[in-house]
Amino acid sequence: MSNEPENARALAPVSARIVLSSDDIDRVITRIAHEIIEANKGTADLVLLGIPSRGFPLAQRLAQRIAATDPTLDPSAIIGQLDVTMYRDDLRHSTTRTPVPTRLPATGIDGKVVVLVDDVLYSGRTIRAALDAIADLGRPRIVRLAVLVDRGHRELPIRADHVGKNLPTATTEKVRVHLSEVDGENNNEVIIEATA
Amino acid sequence: MKHLLSTLDLSREDAIRILDIAEEMAAVGTREVKKLPALRGRTVVNLFFEDSTRTRISFEAAAKRLSADVINFSAKGSSVSKGESLKDTAQTLQAIGADAVVIRHGASGAPARLAATDWIDAPVVNAGDGTHEHPTQALLDAYTLRTHWAATHGNSALGSDLAGMRVAIVGDILHSRVARSNLWLLRTLGAEVIMVAPPTLLPHGSHAWPCTISYDLDATLAGGVDAVMMLRVQGERMHDSFFPNTREYSRLWGFDDARLAALDAQPGSETIIMHPGPMNRGLEISSAAADSPRSTVLAQVANGVAVRMAVLYLLLSGDQQRPAGL
Amino acid sequence: MSTSTTAYLIRGAKPLGEEPSDILIQDGLIVALGADAIAHASAATATLIEAAGQIALPGMVDLHTHLREPGREDAETVETGTRAAAMGGFTAVHAMANSNPVADTAGVVEQVWSLGKRSGWVDVRPVGAVTVGLAGKQLSEIGAMADSRAGVRVFSDDGICVHDPLIMRRALEYVKAFDGVVAQHAQEPRLTEGAQMNEGEVSAVLGLAGWPAVAEESIIARDVLLAEHVGSRLHICHVSTAGSVEIIRWAKSRGVNVTAEVTPHHLLLTDELVKSYDPVFKVNPPLRAESDVLALRAGLADGTIDIIGTDHAPHPSEAKECEWAAAAMGMTGLETALSVVQHAMIETGLISWADFARITSTTPAAIGRVSDQGRALAVGEPANITLVDADARWIVDPFAMATKGRNSPFKGLELPGKVRTVFFHGHPTVLDGALNTPRITEGA
Repeated sequence: MSNEPENARALAPVSARIVLSSDDIDRVITRIAHEIIEANKGTADLVLLGIPSRGFPLAQRLAQRIAATDPTLDPSAIIGQLDVTMYRDDLRHSTTRTPVPTRLPATGIDGKVVVLVDDVLYSGRTIRAALDAIADLGRPRIVRLAVLVDRGHRELPIRADHVGKNLPTATTEKVRVHLSEVDGENNNEVIIEATA
Repeated sequence: MKHLLSTLDLSREDAIRILDIAEEMAAVGTREVKKLPALRGRTVVNLFFEDSTRTRISFEAAAKRLSADVINFSAKGSSVSKGESLKDTAQTLQAIGADAVVIRHGASGAPARLAATDWIDAPVVNAGDGTHEHPTQALLDAYTLRTHWAATHGNSALGSDLAGMRVAIVGDILHSRVARSNLWLLRTLGAEVIMVAPPTLLPHGSHAWPCTISYDLDATLAGGVDAVMMLRVQGERMHDSFFPNTREYSRLWGFDDARLAALDAQPGSETIIMHPGPMNRGLEISSAAADSPRSTVLAQVANGVAVRMAVLYLLLSGDQQRPAGL
Repeated sequence: MSTSTTAYLIRGAKPLGEEPSDILIQDGLIVALGADAIAHASAATATLIEAAGQIALPGMVDLHTHLREPGREDAETVETGTRAAAMGGFTAVHAMANSNPVADTAGVVEQVWSLGKRSGWVDVRPVGAVTVGLAGKQLSEIGAMADSRAGVRVFSDDGICVHDPLIMRRALEYVKAFDGVVAQHAQEPRLTEGAQMNEGEVSAVLGLAGWPAVAEESIIARDVLLAEHVGSRLHICHVSTAGSVEIIRWAKSRGVNVTAEVTPHHLLLTDELVKSYDPVFKVNPPLRAESDVLALRAGLADGTIDIIGTDHAPHPSEAKECEWAAAAMGMTGLETALSVVQHAMIETGLISWADFARITSTTPAAIGRVSDQGRALAVGEPANITLVDADARWIVDPFAMATKGRNSPFKGLELPGKVRTVFFHGHPTVLDGALNTPRITEGA
């Protein structure tokens, strides 16, 4: 996962390499948007829930792409943010995490097709927490998962329905996702770097 | 933050973090499933040496909404009333496996004592100690004030403080842990505080406090305040000559109908009336004031659960062996 | 005991911190000083006490000690308390009357006196209660206690103030018949109901009920006027406020026969320590503000305050291992008094070692009418001598003390001055900084 400090780029070691450029990300988002529409046979009942911090801007981008195919669709009406902090299984073992707001679309999620959106799929524990969080918020008809990068090393029986890029990694490597909405202008890329 | 013992030693950063997390916790209270799994498997002990049903059920609701197990330990009718010491009680809770202790005690400093000794390792939350402090009450009051202040300015409350606010705290300051906790916290958050009380009910030494002291409630209200916090006054205090009788007290320092009318007559006044409860209607606050749209009494109760959830979450999550990010 | 073992030659010690002078002790008395000492020593086959660089002081006399026996032997006994006294450099202590039963009859004071004799570490001078059961209603048998074997001269209800002005007046008058003195615990009871600590800025923050300075000062003001009116001796226990010092200074300037004591802890500690809520700092009268500490030091230095009284008040651990309000008041003090006074008064340049001898020995012995204590270090005088290594530094460890009480507020503090040797009527009760043997007397 990409919970790195803000100044991570400044500290990035020499061995870092870009695996998805800004243009690559754009193309991947467009493809996933189409996959979602196809899997859903349209845009009916779609809700995109981004997992903070970088899942939410990805969900926004996806919603815009989806809305581009359906002029009747208001992209802001189908997206939401799902905070999973309180559902994590590692609350006692890392430094204290501060929860951020959960915001659901006005339509709610009951009976909807919810697409969870996150940047990196790794152990699967975040998604497990997200599924529990969703269960406390309502009862969607279907829950799907879209991620920008799947780097492997799953620890739970969880898989993504829509993957931007499958990225074989070593556990010693770090995958950093930079999105302009979170990380600032001209900061749009996925980096993989080896750690000491 | 290992314990929450007082607001005097609470930093601005910590205070705002608690209030911000409480915002998220409050949202849970509006959901159908009013429960989060964050403290599943953890045990919170409510250790109450003084009766306080309101505070106890607020902490109980907070712990349960975070899925913690709650043990209520009331001193009455327990071994404590048979002379068991605080030390033995604490060691018993340690042996039972308490993960956090919420303590209400009649002796000032009892929570600090639990935290400082090796009688028990668990985080300690002060739920009111003697006439010292009641930090979660001050936090819920600050939360209530912040909500009001942000709404009046059309801002988001998240991350904000109380800079520019003027708050009057009125009544028995001498015996009030609520007044002390509010003073320190409101000052930390940038508010201005005016303490209003008869001179007999102000502690000797309060001249050094970072607030204005007034004996005149009407002048204070006329000067313009954004909130007025009425403290509970025990009528029995008149037997110790703190004031002649309840009638005179109420006339000079109670929030009565006349003062409510005067406030309503101020153009554009959005002053809120707060009370930590339980209220003595007719003594320090009139029914009209307590039930007026300005009153935040019930909002304070609701906010209390959210703030206490935030405190329990912060104390019980994170690696307690490592210095927390707080 | 044979004569050969009762002679000691102290080599190189500095009497009252002045020029080194050898001291020869024989049969309980100082028999020779300086060059004479060595000359006489060979004849006496004296045991040599090497004390180069150490300071020789007259054995310290405490006018204010709680030995707790009879009644609270779990807190302290005469045996353990007098061991602590010897280790602290004392050769006499006054045992306060608030035992159980109260020392308000000849029977109780003689019991304490004989326990002291039997222990043999220091002179134990019982203090008699002013009123029956410390209840402040009716005078106790002051005459009987004065005439008893204990020879009581100091009368006090310490722990409780003799607050009724008429009872106080009568007590002051009555003790004149026996050359006695009333030692007043100055605390106006109504102003200190439920009091937990000094009333001031700290108590306002901590929410602990205040013990205002005026509660002490108003009683002292009343009592010095009463003492003047009836022409009696008055002693003020544990003066703790700047205002009290001023009132006593004023009274002395009027010629009132008043003496005053201060405790070592009031010379060093302030109410800031209460912020920890650790009951080891709970004491009566309470720790005061910095300005009070400085006024007490100045008053002690200029003679307004006459003596050091330890108010040694041992408590069992459970009396302090609790919340503040439930804890007992009091601190141990016998084994730290010398070091704290050296630290607060001598190392600050306020007094000399000669002054130290006056405030810890000469004057307290005079107030308590202890004729064979507090004497000059001179030929023919009783050999009550304390040898101090003033350059030593040590860290206070309550668990290493002779007292049963572990409630030392100085725990962990590094202090100067170590008692090396104590002679009690010519017998070494402390040798090389450790307890030696008690002095055995006939008929004890």
